[in-house]
This record gives sequence, structure tokens and C-alpha cells, in this order.
Amino acid sequence: MADSTTTAPSQGELEHASALQHQFDDPLQQYDSSTLGMWTFLLTEIMFFGGMFGAYTIYRYKYPEAFASTSHYMDLTLGAINTAVLICSSFTMALAVRAAQLGRKRAIIGFLLGTLALGTVFLVIKGVEYHEKYVEHHIPGPSFSYPEHPEYAHTAQILFFLYFAMTGMHAIHMIVGVGLLTTLLVMTIRNRFSANFYTPVEMIGLYWHFVDIVWIFLFPLLYLIGQHA
Amino acid sequence: MKDATHITHHVTPVRTYLIVFLTLLVLTVTTTKVAEIDLGEWNFVVAFLIAITKASLVVLFFMHVRYSTSLTKLFVCAGLFWMAILISITLCDYISRDWQYLPQWIH
Repeated sequence: MADSTTTAPSQGELEHASALQHQFDDPLQQYDSSTLGMWTFLLTEIMFFGGMFGAYTIYRYKYPEAFASTSHYMDLTLGAINTAVLICSSFTMALAVRAAQLGRKRAIIGFLLGTLALGTVFLVIKGVEYHEKYVEHHIPGPSFSYPEHPEYAHTAQILFFLYFAMTGMHAIHMIVGVGLLTTLLVMTIRNRFSANFYTPVEMIGLYWHFVDIVWIFLFPLLYLIGQHA
Repeated sequence: MKDATHITHHVTPVRTYLIVFLTLLVLTVTTTKVAEIDLGEWNFVVAFLIAITKASLVVLFFMHVRYSTSLTKLFVCAGLFWMAILISITLCDYISRDWQYLPQWIH
């Protein structure tokens, strides 16, 4: 008799059970813990990029004229376009998280695809800029050439080195982000998320916005502030 | 009563996201245009203030810190505070190095 009254758990109950890890009291506590954990990771990322921003600050302080002279060789148009592209991608990412909160699967997929496309556009434009630097011999090393300001030939290389280190590390974060977004897409298509469990979408959203913020500071520091010095 | 099985405490309206997004785009155009005008030292100040404003908008609205728990807000502030220590104390060293005579080997 017991068998006839016991019904198999529905798909929703199974998903709910798998989404809530046993060490948490309820989904809200689990969500708050994930948020705090993600922010802790982002703090280590702030420190990681902070070291490079610190190096930039010191060398800009030591060699202001040499650093300012390099701003003229940065492609301001491409830099500004890339800033706008990243802001658009943050907007679509925020909308993807919102769609996840409301449990709208098709909207999540659409906004994630949009974010992926914009992230790829950013990386392609960055590649074009790197190619410009290669053609103009502005990659630090034996082939570095700075005929317009021979007196800065040595110190300007420090800035170009920091430029490649900082934008390169940022680009690596973007590539990781593209991989994470692809994972999210697959998870969404496999119905892993609902209005009660969308934590990975929110956390990868935090990561994506963080990478956007790094660029928000790189753009003025590398492209803008030396334009008139 | 707080529904503990539902993790969404706040769904931001699309309108808010749109306003933040458009403000970020306007600020990007502004900072690019202002860089073309020669303001001397103020070029840096303006560019940096605009960058801070843009980052704050992203953190507060896109990253939902405005609606997060106090503990999350504390963590965010701790990150900024540590970053400020990193930059300011390092600069204290480098800026004050030439303030008094030191033997050459220290440099």
C-alpha cells in the first residue's frame, strides 16, 4: 500500500534538492555565502591588478614626460570604442542576470549570446591594436623603436611594457570570461537554472562586471591623461 | 515574512539598468572629449573622477551591491581600503625619497 501512495519526486523537487547543498539551511543563506565568496575572490583580483596599477603609478611619477609621450601612440578611437563595447557587454550581462532572476530561459540565452559577442568584439579590436604596436615597433625589447623622442627610448619602454602587461592580463581575464559565459550558456540550455537557483549566472556576472571596471580605469590611465602633457 | 526558499530579494527594473547604461556611455564620451582639451593637471583629475563615477555605478547597480547584505558591502569597502593603502604608502616612499640627502648606494 505504501508503494501506491508514495509518488516519485517531481523534476522540480529533484532540481531543488540538487541546487541546495546540504551544509546550508536554505537557498537564501547559500546565495549570500556564494556572493560573499565571489567578492572575496574579486578582492584578491583587486590586489592582483593593484600591484600593476601600483607599478604604473610609481613609474609615471618617476618619468612623467616619457610616459605622457606614449599617449600619442595609443589609438584613442579604438580605445574609446572598446570602452563602449565593454559597457554594452556589462549591460547585456546585467540583463542576463535579471532574466535568470525571473526564470526566463530564452532571454538568458539571448543576453548571454549578446555578452559573448561583445566580449569577442573587444578581443578582436584589442588584437588590431596589438598589431598596430607590432607594426610601429612599440613592443618593448630589442626591436623597440622610438625615433620621435630618442631621449625617452629607454623609459618609454617601461610604459609600453606596463601597457602590454596590464591590457594583456585584462585580455586573459576576458578570454576566461568568454569561457565562463559559454559554460553558462550550456548550463542554461540544459535547464540547470530556475528563479530559485541562478547563482552561477549572478557570480559570473560579478566577474564580468569586475573585468569591465578594470578597463574603466585602464582606458584613462593608458590612453587619455597624457594627451596634452 | 521573508521567503527563505526564494533567493531573489530585489529584481532591478530594466529602466534603472537602462539609465545606468546610458549614463556610462555619456561619461565615456565626456572623458574622451575632455581629454582633447588642455586643462593641465586637471586633465588627470577629471579623467580619474569620471572613472571613479563609472566604476561606482557598475558596482552599485550592475553588481547589485546597493541591494546586498552589509557584510558584502563591508568586503567591497575593505578591498578599496587595501588598494588605497597599496598606492598611498608606496607613493609616500617614492615621493619623499629626494627630500633629504642619502648616500648614492641607497638609490
